[in-house]
Amino acid sequence: MSRLAPEEIRALLPLRARAVPIVATMAASALATLPIVTDMPLLPPFGLLMLLAWRLLRPELWQAWVGLPLGLFDDLMSGQPIGSAMALWTIVLLALDLSDNRAIWQDYWHDLLIATFALAFCIAGGWMVVAFTAAAPSLLAMVPQMVLAILLMPSAIRIAARLDRFRLAR
Amino acid sequence: MGLFAGYVAAVAGLLVGVILIALARFHPPAFSALRGAATDLVSPVTNGGRAVVVAVTDSADEVAAYWNAGAQNATLRRELAASRARLVEARVLHYENARLKALAGLVAATPERVAVAQVVGSTASSARRLVTLSVGAASGVRRGQPVRSTEGLVGRVIETGRISARVLLVTDASSTVPALLVRTGLPVLATGHGDGRIDLRALAAGAAPFRRGDLIATSGTGGVYPPGIPIAVVTEAHRETAVGMPLADPARLDYAVVLRIFEPDLPSPAPAPRGP
Repeated sequence: MSRLAPEEIRALLPLRARAVPIVATMAASALATLPIVTDMPLLPPFGLLMLLAWRLLRPELWQAWVGLPLGLFDDLMSGQPIGSAMALWTIVLLALDLSDNRAIWQDYWHDLLIATFALAFCIAGGWMVVAFTAAAPSLLAMVPQMVLAILLMPSAIRIAARLDRFRLAR
Repeated sequence: MGLFAGYVAAVAGLLVGVILIALARFHPPAFSALRGAATDLVSPVTNGGRAVVVAVTDSADEVAAYWNAGAQNATLRRELAASRARLVEARVLHYENARLKALAGLVAATPERVAVAQVVGSTASSARRLVTLSVGAASGVRRGQPVRSTEGLVGRVIETGRISARVLLVTDASSTVPALLVRTGLPVLATGHGDGRIDLRALAAGAAPFRRGDLIATSGTGGVYPPGIPIAVVTEAHRETAVGMPLADPARLDYAVVLRIFEPDLPSPAPAPRGP
């Protein structure tokens, strides 16, 4: 019997097992529309936190192109120019695939370090997109959000792990 | 989809994303229908969000009251808590009453209003400073219209859905408002700083025109914003520039009035903010 490719395994999974990560990420993106009004970009990018948590927890779950539809939805929710999260999330997923091909082993702290870089890259990238399309505040104004996002990453991984147990429960 | 085809799709989509960003730079109104539909979709949800928060707080209080009932002095405590809650409630009502009265006065005094709306959300995770209003094109709101609250200028509409609209705050780094220094009448440009403050630049040479506590109001130049709407108070005065705090604090803001464009027929020389 030949081994199944990851996409063949995915096709065999029940609907819930395939839908939960996508729904969770979209719900996290939609958190940006909570009735909270702030002077500064303070709320961490919840959609990205969820995406990274799933990607680190289950590297075989998604192909890199999943960043496009999920990023589009995030752009619509967050008020960023359309294309911003689409491009940035896909770059991050492609880079993670590249690093997975080279890494020999990877533990929890590697995951957190990688997530830290990815979050810093996406927040700074989102800031650059705003600076390019309109005008952005100084990069310093983004630092509190960056710190908050990085500190929330372990919680995001835990939430994804809980959802993963629900996803694969019989 | 195979692994290789997946990568091809990802890279192709990445290029599409970059093209969309470039489109947002060079042709801002692109996809405004899509974006308007998205804010329409979530506006009623966020509108109801406040009610949910209140309901959750209420039910938590009920659970706490159940536990206290077991205690000896439950009745006394409950009465005290109830009267305390009622006192807070009365204070909140009093405050809201005062605000609504001020708004009613404002609405009566501004015949150029288009709609009165609630602020239901903001782009709290993005570097842009936009808030969402609970009215849209169905109420006559159009792109470019100025928005104010009882305290002062809020910003201008940059996107409309059918029942929602996005407003570029005066504190956004791409917002510039022609204004004047109320004390001397000196023309001033008020540009957002992106972190809740406003940069003020005097348009005439002169030694240190700003003083702490000076009021900045719209001048009506450019024909978008009606004159005489307060914008900010100077908190830091430098030689020819100053930093101000907006009078309409967006974090406190709950009701806003959308106004007509002041003189729409004028060709607008004011630096218009570039929106997505």
